[in-house]
Amino acid sequence: MSSETQPEPVQPIEVLYCQVCTFPPEYCEFGSSFTRCKEWLKESHPALYDKYYSDEALQSKLGTLSLEAQAKLEKDTAEKEAKAEKKADAALKKKMASQVSIKRMERNKRKFVTAIHGLEAFDVELKKASKFLAQKFATGASVTKNPQGQDEIVVQGDVAEDVLELIESRTGVFKSVPSANVVIVEEKKKKGE
Amino acid sequence: MFNKFSPSTDVTGQTPPKSSVQRSIRAAILSQCKIGAETLEQVWPKKESLIHVKCRNHISIYTIHGEPLFFQQSDGPIYPTLRLLHKYPFILPRVGIDRGAIRFLLSGANMMCPGLTSAGGYLPPPENALPAGTPVAVFAEGKEHAVAVGITKLGTEEMRKVNKDIGVEIVTHLGDELWNQQTL
Ligand SMILES: [Zn+2]
Repeated sequence: MSSETQPEPVQPIEVLYCQVCTFPPEYCEFGSSFTRCKEWLKESHPALYDKYYSDEALQSKLGTLSLEAQAKLEKDTAEKEAKAEKKADAALKKKMASQVSIKRMERNKRKFVTAIHGLEAFDVELKKASKFLAQKFATGASVTKNPQGQDEIVVQGDVAEDVLELIESRTGVFKSVPSANVVIVEEKKKKGE
Repeated sequence: MFNKFSPSTDVTGQTPPKSSVQRSIRAAILSQCKIGAETLEQVWPKKESLIHVKCRNHISIYTIHGEPLFFQQSDGPIYPTLRLLHKYPFILPRVGIDRGAIRFLLSGANMMCPGLTSAGGYLPPPENALPAGTPVAVFAEGKEHAVAVGITKLGTEEMRKVNKDIGVEIVTHLGDELWNQQTL
């Protein structure tokens, strides 16, 4: 509060964040994964778990909130949780149905590039993956937008088969990509060529 | 401000501002937030360049090593991100909401006066009253850490008097799309 200058910086408070929902654990009750949050806290920070979820804590937590409002909150949380689970299920299904395509494309006079599309659906960081490929094949690789406006990795040279192999062996950055979801596709010949 | 926000569609560019601009941003933070130069130096060392992440709706996010630290809309006040506020909770004056208001806040609502003036809420005492347009840290009844960053729409004494309508507009809160971007 005083206006005199303090020469020493104030050290930051290290706030613990829930590994499940990213909130400080005291706010997990408002998230959409309360059950899993509680399991995580009990496992990794048992003392904090007792602090937040002992009978006493639950009593005092009510604060100025009426019992009725608390019941409503708990019902809301349960509904949110069920909804989030459904959504996660649907997202997983969608993910497992999505496809990674590796396409060899001809650039003037027997020069090829290889475009890899759809990796982000499997939580692959495109920039990292493109760096990795560039290093692996000692060539150029970049993340670019395709004509549909989606990001894809473009590697210089015809490396489609090698990329497929890397993904199938679940090397490094590709370990989260199921090989069943990867296909090599042929470039459609443009009309008049 | 960040109830709907997605880096792939809302970020339009990332650039390091000119050093003269960086100096004026630093000066603005020091004058608007209760943070000492030496503490800010710890968060944003002078030898490091801030990155200006330009977004739609005239929103600017300022990052160091990809971590969002401050943000601003047009030439409005510069706000700390909630994660930065958690580390240094004293940099903004505090208001508090009652437990009943927490779930509305988390679903993106602005805070109505009654949630701030009720027994579970908190407004600074009259001698430390805040005028309208003050960036504030929003705390919540029974919770240790801030739940949001906001800006007063009325003076705090006015909130007590009229006790209706929006008292604090929320600019970022736990779980919104800025919170979800741990790096940009
Ligand atoms: Zn949690």
